[in-house]
Amino acid sequence: MSDALLPSEFSDLEPFAATWCLATEDERYQQRLASTMDEMQAFYDAVVPRADAAMTYCDQFPLDDLPGEARNLLYLLFSMVMVSFPVEAFGQPHIPDTGAAYLDCLVAPGP
Amino acid sequence: MARWPKPEEGSWTEHYGLSTAPVSYEDSISPEFYELEREAVFKRAWLNVGRVEQLPRTGSYFTKELAVARTSVIVVKDKDGGVRAFHNICRHRGNKLVWNDFPGEETSGTCRQFVCKYHGWRYDLDGALSFVQQENEFFDLEKDAYGLVPVHCDVWAGFIFVNLADEPEQPLREFLGPMVTALEEYPFEKQSERWFYRATVNSNWKLFMDAFQEFYHAPVLHGNETPPDWSIPAQQAGFEAPYYGVDGPHRLVSTAGVHPWNLPQGMLKPMEVLTRSGLFGPWDVPDLGPNARPPGLNPAGCDPWGLDSFQIFPNFVILVWGQGWYLTYHYWPTAANQHVFECSLYFVPAKTARERMAHELAALSFKEYGHQDANTLEATQSMLESRVLERFPLCDQEVLCRHLHEVTAQWVDEYKKQRENAEA
Repeated sequence: MSDALLPSEFSDLEPFAATWCLATEDERYQQRLASTMDEMQAFYDAVVPRADAAMTYCDQFPLDDLPGEARNLLYLLFSMVMVSFPVEAFGQPHIPDTGAAYLDCLVAPGP
Repeated sequence: MARWPKPEEGSWTEHYGLSTAPVSYEDSISPEFYELEREAVFKRAWLNVGRVEQLPRTGSYFTKELAVARTSVIVVKDKDGGVRAFHNICRHRGNKLVWNDFPGEETSGTCRQFVCKYHGWRYDLDGALSFVQQENEFFDLEKDAYGLVPVHCDVWAGFIFVNLADEPEQPLREFLGPMVTALEEYPFEKQSERWFYRATVNSNWKLFMDAFQEFYHAPVLHGNETPPDWSIPAQQAGFEAPYYGVDGPHRLVSTAGVHPWNLPQGMLKPMEVLTRSGLFGPWDVPDLGPNARPPGLNPAGCDPWGLDSFQIFPNFVILVWGQGWYLTYHYWPTAANQHVFECSLYFVPAKTARERMAHELAALSFKEYGHQDANTLEATQSMLESRVLERFPLCDQEVLCRHLHEVTAQWVDEYKKQRENAEA
């Protein structure tokens, strides 16, 4: 599939790529807030068993010079971390009792 | 039964000569007190505005909005490699000199000289006025007398401070004092991978300082961020710090740590195990070299050691984690009941995706907890302003909150006396 976002070894995660391969912390956080728990649980259940292999795959390359597909895979892993808080801890997209608060991420390291 | 020994006076509060009586938060809701604080504290104390890594080369600059002093400053690396600060105002017609698109927003970049957007006046990196558009139209204009207005600026351990006083009452190092400067050799410069978070919070700046200078709240407010196997015993045990430090206007709280990799799996979240990381940082500590533990750190000799949080008066925090990273907080007042909160997280730059993932979980964990802290403050501010209650009891684990409010009151009193003496 020529339009795949992820390396072919991780084609099983391709159904989640368009939604969760997001380059910035803010995009990933907004996607979390816009998702249902069912959607995030499905993503989490699919990606967690593959995460160790995905990190090993990315570590074939220098972090500052990842090929595009490997970078997408890492973005997918960052999204896995992003959804882990609701999935593992409190069962709702937004942090409990934080309706009026926000913290904008203005600088984050690459890739 | 206390898990950690208290000082011989029986409490940290009495050890540091502080009152044990219930406290007033009038200083956090009174617009009149805020006006005094602006002059007495923020125009007299040294204020951290950033780090030297933000100025990598000659001509690198950033601006810092200091609403509390109704000014903006430019901080720049000059031709000799020194760091200088100027009020961000053109000498011609008072236009803000350096800004992009939105005059109220901070900016950064690199330049050879500063050029005013309004009439094109130019200033060298050392502040000298170098060019005036149509200079011959002016009347007896002595360019030497129209350089940028300097702001006192000094650097300690890579942290850039400014002081808005005409003449600072103390040099920076003396102001910071021995408790803080004992950190000097810590390898801050090796930790150049940075996250930067910002929010406007509808509370007085001191209330957020208070939130992060006691951990009595942590097992309760943040309980829902951890599995029950962790949160229930944590709340039953409560929090005790092994050490509190006070030196002049500055404070320190030190905590014991945990080795998460030794905990039963039920106390951990799967993501922590997967990334070998968590709120306290990566499980695998980076090599920070021989100065990873300068004498100023871990004053109680904890093993494992958790963190030391240095509360540097008035509004700056350096928090060094035992897991080999650090963060800073800044609380920039904008009104009696509002401030801008800033947090920077610093790691040794990740070399692998696996290391980067450990940083990602630590950073996002900070964001989760930070949301809960910030949101609670608005709930506190609004009810303090009701003035239904006037006095609030603080426990010994809240000794640093007490100290901040007492020191702030002392600075305001000193300022009032100075002003009365000047008028007399």
